[in-house]
Amino acid sequence: MTDTTFEPKILAFCCHYCAYASADLAGSMRLQYPPGIRIIRTPCTGRLEVEYYLKAIENGADGVLVAGCLEGGCHFIDGNLIAKKRVNAVRTILEECGIDKERLRMVNISAAMAKNLVEVILEMVDVIKKLGPNPVNTNKKILKEEIQK
Amino acid sequence: MIVAQRKTIPELQDIIKGHKNVLVLGCGTCVAVCLAGGEREVAIISSALRIASKKADEPVKINELTIERQCDNVFIETAADEIKKIDAVLSLGCGAGVQAVAERYPDKPVYAGLDTAFLGILESRGVWTEKCAQCGACVLADFGGVCPVTLCAKHMLNGPCGGSREERCEISADQPCAWQLIYKRLKNIGQSDKIKKIYPAKDRSKSLDGGSRKIIREDHRI
Repeated sequence: MTDTTFEPKILAFCCHYCAYASADLAGSMRLQYPPGIRIIRTPCTGRLEVEYYLKAIENGADGVLVAGCLEGGCHFIDGNLIAKKRVNAVRTILEECGIDKERLRMVNISAAMAKNLVEVILEMVDVIKKLGPNPVNTNKKILKEEIQK
Repeated sequence: MIVAQRKTIPELQDIIKGHKNVLVLGCGTCVAVCLAGGEREVAIISSALRIASKKADEPVKINELTIERQCDNVFIETAADEIKKIDAVLSLGCGAGVQAVAERYPDKPVYAGLDTAFLGILESRGVWTEKCAQCGACVLADFGGVCPVTLCAKHMLNGPCGGSREERCEISADQPCAWQLIYKRLKNIGQSDKIKKIYPAKDRSKSLDGGSRKIIREDHRI
């Protein structure tokens, strides 16, 4: 797979109260973003545990985007601030694993910021394209073993 | 409780190198409370190890299991079936837990996945502090419940040393002077005269100097 044909699969965890609504608005505004973005609605980014981010990378997501409310604007007061700390912790673990930490990002988006959401997505797609596919998808020995099964 | 912290992923990778089927064994007691080796941490470390092994293209099967207590044979037994199936155990228990599992399974490699640090308490969310040095001869009764053996950098029984500044220890501005804490506490409970007592040198023979310690209770033995 060359870089020109590589379309990254990015998992976007979007908070119900802001980023998910802004993605909805982006749709109404006919704003385009690549189809490789898979949006998962969450009640709050603070609901997302460290394991979720790691599982996403482990199972082959090329990137994980966490989109929560603006700081100070969380529906549950400090869920997005909790998420920020967890994301930073996972970025450290990913680096220890030899995975570029830029594969996991957190952004703060309000429900009205559809344009910003699309910009963030496009920027992330660019970054992931430069990084290439998730290395867990490209190893040969493990794939060979799985095929033999 | 016993406080520990996880080793880094490259360190863990190095430890389990050469094994194809590894069990990450958590412990649901002290290390679960200090967020180092409970069920959740087992899931996180296992996931990270899978990512790292896939990245390095060194296939290894990582299994997960958490038992109630690793320092007790009764609970270790509950992991017996799982341990039979694997090549090696990466224990997320404290040092005692790792050794207890290793003693129970003499023919299985059992590795420590955590660095066991100290006996302490949760000071605030995400902060643990050492409170007991396990010296084997407790002096807390004489010092108002504040331990000079653990909290004083010089382990002095006749303090303060004179190096403290504004209630802080001279070794670090973050560390309170144990003797200031002792003085305040004794004053609050009306026992400040205790601070005048001169204590002889502490009997260190009950500490770690004579090798590992053992307590035998004849009344409970079978």
